[in-house]
Amino acid sequence: MPEPAIHVRGLTRTFTLAKGPVHAVRGIDLTVRRGEILGFLGPNGAGKTTTVRMLTTLLPPSGGHAEVAGHDLLADPAGVRRRIGYVAQSGGLDPACGVREELITQGRLHRLTRGQAGERAEELARDLALVELMERPTVALSGGQRRRLEIALGLVNRPEVLFLDEPSTGLDPGSRAELWELVRRVRAVHGTTVFLTTHYLDEADALADRIVVVDGGAVVAEGTPAELKSRHTGDPAASLQDAFLAITGRATAGEPLSI
Amino acid sequence: MTLLTDTGIIFGRYLRATLRSRTSLLFGMLQPLLFLALFGPLLTGFDLGVGGSSWQALVPGVLVQLALLGGSFVGLGLLVERNLGVIDRMRVTPVSPLALLLGRTLRDVVQLLVQSILLVGLGVAFGLRAPLGGIVLGLLFVAVLAAALSALSYGLAMNVGTPPEFAAIANTAAMPLMLLSGLLLPMSLAPGWLDAASRVVPLRYTVDAVRQVFQGHYANATVLTGAAVTVALAAACVFGGARLFSRTRA
Repeated sequence: MPEPAIHVRGLTRTFTLAKGPVHAVRGIDLTVRRGEILGFLGPNGAGKTTTVRMLTTLLPPSGGHAEVAGHDLLADPAGVRRRIGYVAQSGGLDPACGVREELITQGRLHRLTRGQAGERAEELARDLALVELMERPTVALSGGQRRRLEIALGLVNRPEVLFLDEPSTGLDPGSRAELWELVRRVRAVHGTTVFLTTHYLDEADALADRIVVVDGGAVVAEGTPAELKSRHTGDPAASLQDAFLAITGRATAGEPLSI
Repeated sequence: MTLLTDTGIIFGRYLRATLRSRTSLLFGMLQPLLFLALFGPLLTGFDLGVGGSSWQALVPGVLVQLALLGGSFVGLGLLVERNLGVIDRMRVTPVSPLALLLGRTLRDVVQLLVQSILLVGLGVAFGLRAPLGGIVLGLLFVAVLAAALSALSYGLAMNVGTPPEFAAIANTAAMPLMLLSGLLLPMSLAPGWLDAASRVVPLRYTVDAVRQVFQGHYANATVLTGAAVTVALAAACVFGGARLFSRTRA
């Protein structure tokens, strides 16, 4: 079996707050195969973002270890950073900056020469329908356009693994469908592994090859959407919502119940 | 040398951002400019006890004030960017983390130098007379001080939650530093206890030294002490700022 894209064992993160320690992540094990789209699903506060921040080298784990894109997270974080793309929930766009400038600067930060960075920016602009927007400041983009630019920034270095943290938050239905199509296309064309956190069940159902459900900082279930539905509800016609309720005992916080 | 290249990339990015918003460049220097224009003329008849004309005492003070107020608050912009996820996005690249700090700090120094040159020009229009070598040396002092305060401000901004919190801290720190270092009126006018208290504030040594070089005195104890204190402060602030900047929080 080829080396997995992500291999995590016993990952933990404890925050020390004034009121005492908070165990945000309590020992996560997971493996993501190369080229897989993994849905990392859980209610708000389940530890999804904390896990992503650890796997993207932004936050040192309290314990455990992980390999991402073939590089050890703790021993070689720089090696990990070279090979991954990360699109945060907040997006990471500077409103004052222009689209082209953001793309070129991101390329330069990935150690491309000025010329290479310019070419890569054009290439991504064509792929992600940003050509007409290149001279605009990012503040002038619509929600869907912003998300496309954010993903373009995450793809500048042709990452082996792309982390998308709650990518469809705040998008209208049309832009969400467009986003899903884009994620599928990136995987199909480049074989990119996608680690996608979401609390939208329909998103996980539509996009993920496999789902890992987290709750209270630990993995509580995993499998393909079909497996989760039949295993946890005993009914192959059940919705992922039913399975999710059976697994966590609650609905995803603040989200509508129907898929 | 990747640190230099990376610093250059970050510097370029933020310098372009600054050039796009020329209003902030102007408004940033409005307050010191007003001090020069509306406060300076009041001093022309006084002996400030530091030799030279009152302009040779006031312009250095206003320059250091510009570095202090400009430098302390640069973190505010970083904090906004941090909350937008811009900093995290840049940190998940091979870029040297130190370059993320130094590139911005360098931009601040360049911005401050441009503002300082304009201020000195205005001072000359009002009646400042100082040797060119002294002015250049004075600007060098101000540049080193600005680097120190900017780096520290950025380090702080990476560890504070919200812009209002940051502004409160920066204000609380800047105000006593400004009053205690004798920026507007030299501490030679102060009663003994105030003069003594001001000696624990590093900025006092910087401004005293700049006043000396503006009078053409380059190699006396005040200038050398000022240089030593300013460089030591810069080293400590850049080191501390870098540590704070790369500290990871939740």
